[in-house]
Amino acid sequence: MDNVAGTKSSLVWAVNLAALLLVVLWTVPTAGLLISSFRDRDQIATSGWWTALSAAERNLVVRTGAPDEAARDGAGYVLSGNVFDGAKGEITAFGVSSRAPMKYQAGQVAERNGARITVAANGDYRVTSAEPMKGTRGIRLFVTALEPPKFTLDNYRTVLFSEGIGRSFLNTLTVTIPATVIPIVIAAFAAYALAWMRFPGRALLIALVVGLLVVPLQMTLIPLLKLHNSIGIGKAYLGIWLAHTAFGLPLAIYLLRNYIAGLPGEIIESARVDGATDFQIFRKIVLPLSFPALASFAIFQFLWVWNDLLVATVFLGNNEEQLVMTGRLRELLGSRGGDWEILAASAFVSIAVPLVVFFLMQRYLVRGLLAGSVKGG
Amino acid sequence: MDQLFWAGFTMVAGVFGCVAYFWLSNMALDRIYPARGANASRNINRATAIRPWLFVLPALLVLVIYLIYPVLNSIWLSFTGGTGGGFVGGANWSWLAGDSKFWESMRNNALWLFVVPALSTFFGLLAATLTDRIRWGNIAKSLIFMPMAISFIGASVIWKFVYDYRGEGQEQIGLLNAIVVAMGGAPQAWITMPFWNNFFLMMILVWIQTGFAMVILSAALRGIPEETIEAAILDGASPMQIFWKIKVPQIWGTIAVVWTTITILVLKVFDIVLAMTNGQWGSQVLANLMFDWMFRGADFGRASAIALVIMLLVTPIMVWNIRNARKEMQ
Repeated sequence: MDNVAGTKSSLVWAVNLAALLLVVLWTVPTAGLLISSFRDRDQIATSGWWTALSAAERNLVVRTGAPDEAARDGAGYVLSGNVFDGAKGEITAFGVSSRAPMKYQAGQVAERNGARITVAANGDYRVTSAEPMKGTRGIRLFVTALEPPKFTLDNYRTVLFSEGIGRSFLNTLTVTIPATVIPIVIAAFAAYALAWMRFPGRALLIALVVGLLVVPLQMTLIPLLKLHNSIGIGKAYLGIWLAHTAFGLPLAIYLLRNYIAGLPGEIIESARVDGATDFQIFRKIVLPLSFPALASFAIFQFLWVWNDLLVATVFLGNNEEQLVMTGRLRELLGSRGGDWEILAASAFVSIAVPLVVFFLMQRYLVRGLLAGSVKGG
Repeated sequence: MDQLFWAGFTMVAGVFGCVAYFWLSNMALDRIYPARGANASRNINRATAIRPWLFVLPALLVLVIYLIYPVLNSIWLSFTGGTGGGFVGGANWSWLAGDSKFWESMRNNALWLFVVPALSTFFGLLAATLTDRIRWGNIAKSLIFMPMAISFIGASVIWKFVYDYRGEGQEQIGLLNAIVVAMGGAPQAWITMPFWNNFFLMMILVWIQTGFAMVILSAALRGIPEETIEAAILDGASPMQIFWKIKVPQIWGTIAVVWTTITILVLKVFDIVLAMTNGQWGSQVLANLMFDWMFRGADFGRASAIALVIMLLVTPIMVWNIRNARKEMQ
């Protein structure tokens, strides 16, 4: 039906172009970070990351080998070598005088003081002369070189091993795994009760959960911190696990309840008629059937806990040992704000795992978002 | 590696503990009120009345201790003085009313509350409409949605690159300045420009939230009944008319949900401001101000007062959500 209106080829072309523009706008910032993280420190500081995509032109001055050590070649003398000295590159132009550094194209022959000089495109130079050449210093060659982009893994090496990101990665993992799994268990039972069991106060509890979805975290931090301090948990992993479990619970109950309420009632009723207890129904029927909703919430919670900065700062503190990746990144922004290569590599390490999880489990994330969000006019 | 072991252990212990609680409490209930014998029917009724509470109890406990009690406690704290002082009445509040940083935050938050949901919804709608009609729509959607997986701090680093400023005449490494210079303008220090820096910070959040809006609005657009659209086409409506006069009104409810959800998030976001400017150059927002008073100023009373302001701003949406939820349950 969408094919009926607006199938003119020009419109389709315009739509594709507009979509492409939007996608490019949205991915360019992240791409810039990724490319920068592989660049050498000096290169980042002096040129934008987009210049790294194509070969860069550079003007170099090199000296040939010493002329009085030229080899004999038949009746004449030859001095040869490579301007890149082993590295890769391509010469587009060269010259033998500083007044005309680009006079000759690669492969042409220049004349200077009776010697014939040529530089090939791959950087090989050859100086031939019938007479012995004098001088201990090499002849100056001015070359215009096309250097391929220089990429390095050094930044990642530095960041993972000496900037503490590796440790922070483990810390984040430590915080995230229990904080993702435990809310699911608690919420699943509550969601089943709220969906399929009749009891007074059910509607009130559901309204409570919906209300709590919206409560800003800021309202809870100070009292909880004081509570943890007073019962002796202080700033430790146990505290942050409990906190994340609690903060994730309203969303978990909401998502799971919506989904479980949508399960076919006949299955549950017939199981009841067959004499199954609620616990058995939950374990054998509801839980397996709810897997998509459980996966959706797990993805949500995983991403949210992994990317969180506020709860980690409050409940885990800022010491070196316990800093999570978001905290580490924030600290780097302050202390190493000028070291772009460190920032870029660290940022990419911290977003790598969520991106992978996101791309693998997109389906569930989208489904979770849509639960309860799509409404008619 | 030790701590990973502890994490795994806690997770298993937690899961095991929960399951054990449920299983044992159910078993206990069945022992106390067996569905057999003399009082079978009375027992069944009693058990059925109690059992839901067994299922709900752990969740309820956690919610009360970790969410409800803190909210009430925060309200109380906003009336107490500095670092654990006693009751000071409205001192924090009168201070708040006179603090210039507070009013700067309120003004900025108002800007954020208008601009970010509006732009996110607009771009989301645009993205949804465009990507639904092209063959590579799924890939396009993934790429636009991807920033949602990035932490706010990570996004701040990414955009710091984009907004970077070098003096005039030097080569620009920030993308925005490079474009401006290439078009003949002078490079600007974007995030230190008073008032306008807010908008540059907002773009980061819009960049992240557009994917969210797009996903939801795309599903809503697909849910519009085809007959309506077909009838409009037969009546000779152009694509633009169909879009504005038929499609948008039909998904108005979803647009409202997207708008309010993003609004709630906007009030809570502090990472972006913290990382990019830390509230300097007139860019302070309430969430960052609260964070500042909690950690740097160590004044829990004032921080709680600010948190309460955030809560009050969010309350209308909370009420609206609860109303909608109850309507749906009827």
